[in-house]
Amino acid sequence: MIAVVDYGVGNLFSLLCSLRSLGLDCVVTNQKEVLKRAERIILPGVGAFGDAMEKLRESGLVDTVKELAAEKPLLGICLGMQLLFDKSMEHGEHEGLGLISGSVLPLANDIAPTLKVPHMGWNKLEIFRDDPIFQHFQNGEWVYYVHSYYATNCSDHMLGVSEYGVMVPGLVRSGRIYGMQFHPEKSGSAGLRLLKAFSEL
Amino acid sequence: MISKRIIPCLDVRNGRVVKGVNFQEIRDMADPVEMARYYYETGADELVFYDITASVEGRKLFTDVLRAVASQIFIPLTVGGGINSLDDFDTVLKSGADKVSVNSGAIKNPSLIGAAAKRYGSQCVVLSIDVKRVDGNFHVFANGGRIDTGMDALEWAKQGEDLGAGEIVLNSIDTDGVRKGFDLPMLREFGKIVSVPLIASGGAGTMEDFLELFQYERIDAGLAAGVFHTKKIEIGNLKRYLKDSGVNVRI
Repeated sequence: MIAVVDYGVGNLFSLLCSLRSLGLDCVVTNQKEVLKRAERIILPGVGAFGDAMEKLRESGLVDTVKELAAEKPLLGICLGMQLLFDKSMEHGEHEGLGLISGSVLPLANDIAPTLKVPHMGWNKLEIFRDDPIFQHFQNGEWVYYVHSYYATNCSDHMLGVSEYGVMVPGLVRSGRIYGMQFHPEKSGSAGLRLLKAFSEL
Repeated sequence: MISKRIIPCLDVRNGRVVKGVNFQEIRDMADPVEMARYYYETGADELVFYDITASVEGRKLFTDVLRAVASQIFIPLTVGGGINSLDDFDTVLKSGADKVSVNSGAIKNPSLIGAAAKRYGSQCVVLSIDVKRVDGNFHVFANGGRIDTGMDALEWAKQGEDLGAGEIVLNSIDTDGVRKGFDLPMLREFGKIVSVPLIASGGAGTMEDFLELFQYERIDAGLAAGVFHTKKIEIGNLKRYLKDSGVNVRI
């Protein structure tokens, strides 16, 4: 069973539908006991980093997520991936979960002004380092992004990258902790196959 | 780099897809869920659904359709038609929409754009503008293209961007349904002053029309309805043609 962490941010409708379309058993929960029983955990998220961390704290789930990250596969998606890092500079400096080393910075500072922010749309995900998460994925397939901040100083953890003026870490890993900056639940068949691989880790 | 997008647009009334020609003579085309699945499987990058229902029952049918689509189609979905308030945003987002398109509702109440952008993020707010030439100027038309607001469309696009719209759809009433190509002269004028992604709508008739559209780098996506619904253009073929012609598309 996959537990999707419910801490009051974002819309989980599409994510749940995508998991169910793969025949996967999934629940949305903010209960520690359910998270502890789950085989895998997904940390979703949209919106601003500071607000999301605050909501995660208010849910009392920060320590649980950190503990469980050492025990079972964890996948952060979009802002959920950014939360895995040490810190973010989105509207001030905010501490993250510190599960993957690196910091989240504004894309706008590092790319040409002619490139629009947010980085929104379909981009190719190039495999940087092979991994079981790619077992159903071919190098250079397209995934769907919507984000204005990106992970930096995390090259040791990069599995997949997309080019958008800079190399954007699209897929990262540290131990059993994975992060996807793009939205696998909106990335068509390629995204579904990445979720399937996560369910098989 | 991000790809150029091909977006089929489905006008839904009473739970069925319809397509107007010059915004009149609406014809029934098909079941929206079946049609969405067909487009998903043939390579559409995104789908747009416009609710053109007036009745409360029709609205309920529309959100049912949206839920059914979102539960089996895993690409971005934009929803528009009758979006007048944050509650309307909330309803369609909870039913599976990723982005919400505002048109007449934002003309009546421009602050809706900013309020929605603040609550859901700019990436979620699409400003759709029906544009028609009047005495050599581009005017904004409201209510499905029926009413000339007298507003300058270039100014409205700029204002919409400043208020927080994350994308702008420009539908040329002059070329809509005519299938003689997108309104490139109009699109160029908007491209000069708007910096958010621009989606061109109205006039697609052939694959060459899309190629011509994407020669203009400021255009991010091409939206069409009739040519896709009638299968005059099949999206898989279109994308292969564009790719072979050097356009960066997702295949």
